[in-house]
Amino acid sequence: MSGNDDDQARRQTDLDNDIAIKVERLGKRYRIGARQESYRTLRETLTETAVAPLRALRAPFARGNGHARRANEIWALKDVSFEVRRGEAVGVIGRNGAGKSTLLKILSRITEPTAGYADIEGRVGSLLEVGTGFHPELTGRENTYLNGAILGMRRAEIARKFDEIVAFAEVEKFIDTPVKHYSSGMYLRLAFSVAAHLEPEILLVDEVLAVGDMAFQKKCLGKMGDVTAEGRTVLFVSHNLGAVKELCQSAVVLKDGAVVFRGPAVEGVAYYSRDTLAGDADEGLSDRGTRWREVRVNGAGSTAAQEIAGVEPFRVEACLEVRDTFVEARLKWRVDDAAGNTLIYNVTNNAELAAGELGAGLYRVGVEVPPLWLKPGIYTLFFKLTGRRASGEERRVTSERVTLNVTGRLNNHGQDRAVLAPPLRWSLARERAATVS
Amino acid sequence: MATASGIKLGARAAGERPQATIMRIAPSRGWVSLKLREVWTYRELLYFLVWRDIKVRYKQTALGAAWAVIQPFFTMVVFSLFFGRLGRMPSDNVPYPIFAYAALVPWTFFANGLSESSNSLVGSANLIKKVYFPRLAVPVAAVLAGLVDFAVAFVVLVGMMLYYGVQPTAHVLWLPLFLLLALATALGAGLWLSALNVQFRDVRYVVPFVTQFWLFATPIAYPSSLLPEPWHTVYGLNPMAGVVEGFRWALVGTNTRPGALVALSALVAVLLLTSGAFYFRRMEKTFADVV
Repeated sequence: MSGNDDDQARRQTDLDNDIAIKVERLGKRYRIGARQESYRTLRETLTETAVAPLRALRAPFARGNGHARRANEIWALKDVSFEVRRGEAVGVIGRNGAGKSTLLKILSRITEPTAGYADIEGRVGSLLEVGTGFHPELTGRENTYLNGAILGMRRAEIARKFDEIVAFAEVEKFIDTPVKHYSSGMYLRLAFSVAAHLEPEILLVDEVLAVGDMAFQKKCLGKMGDVTAEGRTVLFVSHNLGAVKELCQSAVVLKDGAVVFRGPAVEGVAYYSRDTLAGDADEGLSDRGTRWREVRVNGAGSTAAQEIAGVEPFRVEACLEVRDTFVEARLKWRVDDAAGNTLIYNVTNNAELAAGELGAGLYRVGVEVPPLWLKPGIYTLFFKLTGRRASGEERRVTSERVTLNVTGRLNNHGQDRAVLAPPLRWSLARERAATVS
Repeated sequence: MATASGIKLGARAAGERPQATIMRIAPSRGWVSLKLREVWTYRELLYFLVWRDIKVRYKQTALGAAWAVIQPFFTMVVFSLFFGRLGRMPSDNVPYPIFAYAALVPWTFFANGLSESSNSLVGSANLIKKVYFPRLAVPVAAVLAGLVDFAVAFVVLVGMMLYYGVQPTAHVLWLPLFLLLALATALGAGLWLSALNVQFRDVRYVVPFVTQFWLFATPIAYPSSLLPEPWHTVYGLNPMAGVVEGFRWALVGTNTRPGALVALSALVAVLLLTSGAFYFRRMEKTFADVV
């Protein structure tokens, strides 16, 4: 804030030296066929080659061919341009399939772009996965060296940081045990720890923080915070909007392979929650003055993220201001997860709501929600009112999106992959003392 | 620990940073340079990949490194029985078992290197999809890891020479060159096949067949001296013919002094290696998307 003018001046005099990553009209095309059946057999290629001339002969008669070919291609990334300044931490957010991972893969040189280019200045470290190249038969110590080398560390560098890596992972006792005997938590801790000690000038990270138990995730976020605080350039792909807000100064929002937002992280997250997550383009917050107001969870205001425990029931309320009569009115309530998947889409039927007609007035809408058993994480919820005018014209009004922070504990047995975390009651009783052989 | 790294980084940020070069990421077209300098900067990774392959190779096997000997040794026994005893195959005036084994040691190195490197890219798919490094390191490491097996089998060869009283001559100094020739051949063919394997999984089935065919097309069970000139020289088109005859000459002193055959073999091996490397680099950009 204080250095804003200063910044401006430096950018003018020394623009080139200030940019760490410059992405210019970057594009990546995949052939859908090539993507789904990733490799082909020689026979297929031979048949295709043999058939190709025939197809060419037929081409004048069947003109649709070129179109068919084009339809088989998708641009995972198209015309993407942005710049990242040195020392800037940028969150890359977007739905699944928006092109986030493709962007990161191109910038880390794993795959080549189809169009455009990117200029990068500085030593790049990329982290698309933790524990890449870990071999189950090798010990923790051996894997630390192997993994470090794969991530681009020098042997001397790994040796110097070795104790720190092991201490951070909390696996001192088992460092000379093959990692196949590790619990999944230990394995992930060691894997992340190696990666966390990479010290590149530019760090590209893909959602690696979503591993391990909550305590370890906190620790990882802390480590990421250190990295950004040290003034390194970071590109951070994540679904964890809270983490993006916390760790990044700015954000890039991707949608269908294109940049739809570039600016401060807080605004980027808001933009993503509001528009990208919404999906439907034709919905408005107001229809001739009819609108939703004050969406509350358990009576708390809607500005901050609402916290609930996954195992507890809760109540969502909102005010609905109707200016003119809605015919065939339906109230809808929707919950999405952070990846943009719709988990709940509840619709009232007309019998419940005054014969489906909603006259002008101020309404109070409430939803009693039983325990949803959602796993801990970030969700969004909102209301919708759909219906018709007396003239028959369709109309719909959507409420603002409220972020719901579901709290709870996950232990480290891969539960984070599930959608639900219900509190189940197990029983185990021995029926017989020994097996009969 | 944390403060130490903080201070260091602070110093880095405050001090003048070395002028880093700008790396441009853009689509490549057609044939591209080998970027051997970059492979060299990644030599530590290459070292660790070789080291991993060696470490893991005999884990959970009952006989361990003995397998490095069993394969060539028992082939030699079978060859000695059928070709040496029953077939009365000439063996350039050295005992047939030595004659066969001196050829089988480099052959086994070549055959294993070829099959390991052909499958190396597909086997490292998870690495290729998640991390950047010069992809050449993968098949190169697969071939290099076979050197340990070669050394073990070689010790047995030395033992056999002592047993049969075969004395090596000064030609032995040439041996590393023939080993290099075997390595170049294995890597050259391995580069072609590993890159093809990414696209066409048929390669997996082709390799054992090719290896078997190649074994009998190489003068292992029989001497190349059976062939008259000019066919003897033409035989050098199979680079392994030069390797095997060179090994025998350098070690057990057969009358196969390097000549036209070995020169032709060396030329073919170099061609195979360079063409393989360029083809590999050309296909490299598709690996992460297709594998």
